[in-house]
Amino acid sequence: MSKVYIYKGFERFWHWAQALLIMFLAITGFEVHGTFEIFGFEKAVEFHRTASWLLIGLIIISIFWHFTTGEWRQYIPTTKKLKEQIMYYLVGIFKGEHHPTAKTQLRKLNPLQRIVYLAFKLVLIPMTLISGILYMLYKTFDENNMVVVEDYPLESIAFWHTLGAILLIVFLIIHVYMTTTGETPTSNINAMITGYEDLDDEEESDEQHKEVNEKTNNIKK
Amino acid sequence: MYRSIAIVIGIIIALLVAVNVFHSDEPANLKLEMLKQEYAFKPVPSVDHHKLAILQAQFKTPQEVTETCLTCHTETHKEIMSSSHWNWDRLSYVKGKGVYTSGKKNVMNNFCLGSNSNEKACAKCHIGYGMGSDEFDFANARNVDCMVCHDNSEEYLKGASMAGYPDRSVNLHNVAQSVGMPTKTNCGSCHFFSGGGNNVKHGDLEVAQLSCDREVDVHMASNGLNMECVACHTAQNHQIKGKLYSVSTNNIDRSNCADCHTSTPHFSDVLNRHGSKIACQTCHIPEYAKVNSTKMSWKWSEAGKLKDGFPYEEEDSLGNHNYMSIKGAFVWERNVKPDYVWFNGTAEQYRLGDSITEVPVQMNTLHGSYNDKNSKIIPVKIHTGDQIYDTEYNRLIQPLLYGDEKGDGAYWNDFNWDKAIKKGMEITGEPFSGNYDFIETEMYWPLNHMVSPKDKSLSCVDCHTRNNGRLEKLTGFYLPGRDTNSTLDLIGKWLLIITVLGVAGHALIRVGQDFINNRYKKQVIDYSKKELKDRLDS
Repeated sequence: MSKVYIYKGFERFWHWAQALLIMFLAITGFEVHGTFEIFGFEKAVEFHRTASWLLIGLIIISIFWHFTTGEWRQYIPTTKKLKEQIMYYLVGIFKGEHHPTAKTQLRKLNPLQRIVYLAFKLVLIPMTLISGILYMLYKTFDENNMVVVEDYPLESIAFWHTLGAILLIVFLIIHVYMTTTGETPTSNINAMITGYEDLDDEEESDEQHKEVNEKTNNIKK
Repeated sequence: MYRSIAIVIGIIIALLVAVNVFHSDEPANLKLEMLKQEYAFKPVPSVDHHKLAILQAQFKTPQEVTETCLTCHTETHKEIMSSSHWNWDRLSYVKGKGVYTSGKKNVMNNFCLGSNSNEKACAKCHIGYGMGSDEFDFANARNVDCMVCHDNSEEYLKGASMAGYPDRSVNLHNVAQSVGMPTKTNCGSCHFFSGGGNNVKHGDLEVAQLSCDREVDVHMASNGLNMECVACHTAQNHQIKGKLYSVSTNNIDRSNCADCHTSTPHFSDVLNRHGSKIACQTCHIPEYAKVNSTKMSWKWSEAGKLKDGFPYEEEDSLGNHNYMSIKGAFVWERNVKPDYVWFNGTAEQYRLGDSITEVPVQMNTLHGSYNDKNSKIIPVKIHTGDQIYDTEYNRLIQPLLYGDEKGDGAYWNDFNWDKAIKKGMEITGEPFSGNYDFIETEMYWPLNHMVSPKDKSLSCVDCHTRNNGRLEKLTGFYLPGRDTNSTLDLIGKWLLIITVLGVAGHALIRVGQDFINNRYKKQVIDYSKKELKDRLDS
């Protein structure tokens, strides 16, 4: 075991800011939807718009970060050990088995995470974001003929936006629960707060070491 | 650990700061302040008619006054005689029906039904003298009534059932010298009392607006700007801007809020954008008939009941007639919440002789729909009732209501529908089969006055709410907060329940398995690990 600096400063800031914004957007959004009343409709709309602009800004910066740091490679999907990973969560975890894949600085995500997070980034967030922007710009000043999406039915914009919101909450619940499946129930969440996590270097097979080394060499080249 | 707490606190503070930065108190509305300045100054007339030698004469007839007016205002009668105030009709175009003339001359309503055959009484609100029948000479300039609009002495009064002539008590000499720009009293003498009493028809125009506070009408309030009608209803060459779609059809010469307030009057973009589909009046006239009641329903089928052979009247607790033998049964209401409809600025009316196509008969139809780009949601008063119609020819009937004396066939004297119909249809030249009954009717009155102060206007949740919103009946479009996709909501609800249950189940099994296998001992090892770790770090 060794203490590894796995989540960088920006990464953690981005993660928690996004988490808070999404939760805040969910609360205000479902108030606008009419599910419950907390702030009152008018304030809920105002807050939802403000928070949505903050989230859009954050996402733009994080996209920039992912590409400039090469972190986007973490999300390249793989089917290797995917089945084992799924079986681990369904069966192995109850028997006290170890994770089938090792977590390293260059491979923070297991195969299941890769696919789910990639879908999150490429499908769920864009779907909710684009429908949200269309929703926001649904009407502009007709006097200036600046009508952006007037003929697009609001009903279907609202449908995709609500669907995105529901799936985001489903993701949030499962995601939060899955953080407890680390070495100890709080080790993953601690890592996302402090940046450091104890990673099992004993389990790293020679093969994996080789792979890592190859990759580092590639990056160096 | 302290560092992570500090980070979380930092993020929360940043979020709170952001919310505060993006949310600020509203600054003073300069657009509105400028308008207030502009309308606070009342124009001073450049001529005092008291001082004109020609007006020192003693006038025997009102026509003499008109002739005198025309000696200086030599061409003004032409302007008047081309106006709808004079002609009681104007050119209308209705898609699918073509161009025709319509107005008070030939449209019907569900109050006193129509002016035809009843001109002598109805002409109390005609700007002319002597319109006692349909043979009135609309080309005679001597019959133009200048005084009804321009008297500033508040003395002028048109006589009841005198074909538009002034009451005998009026001192024409005094009135002729007191002329000036029309005031609320002038316009109100007809427009407040249409339908035979105060606030009967409009609901948003009544005598209380001569002296009211800002809660009733921000524009006309005595403790506000005290604006005259003509401040908004401006006129060039006596063609007055603004129209009401009980008699109007075309989307021209309208008086709009935006004429003064612009199409972007709010600081909030969201509110300004609402203006593309929602008329200003919708939010800013939350209630009408704020002081005196207005008539909401008129059932002619109840008319004609007599007590000991004599007609009688009954009043409700507020002193409004709820029954009159001559007219039937009424329902009055005060502080009424408007109904809401789509409206694109064009309308059509039921004209005498039209066939009945639907029940309730639509006395006027306001055109518009959600899909029509020019349509906006407007507030309306819907006046319902029933009235007499020809069961065979399927048309509304114009009976003779007003008559000078008993026995002349008029319903208000003789209470005999057969005679009144025969007489009325004979005068109007319309056919009558001999069979009649009563049929339900509806009439739509767009509301434009009695604008409430800002803090009394509708707020978001008045419409954006699941149940009992103002726009509950206006369906066919997606209104956030009101409408949902029920299938998606149901799926979403169950998806969340299944997720929570799945996660909880998974956790329970894990804890249970740990317990069975005594794996929780591991935590003891964790402690030692921690010590080990600390040692390694140092």
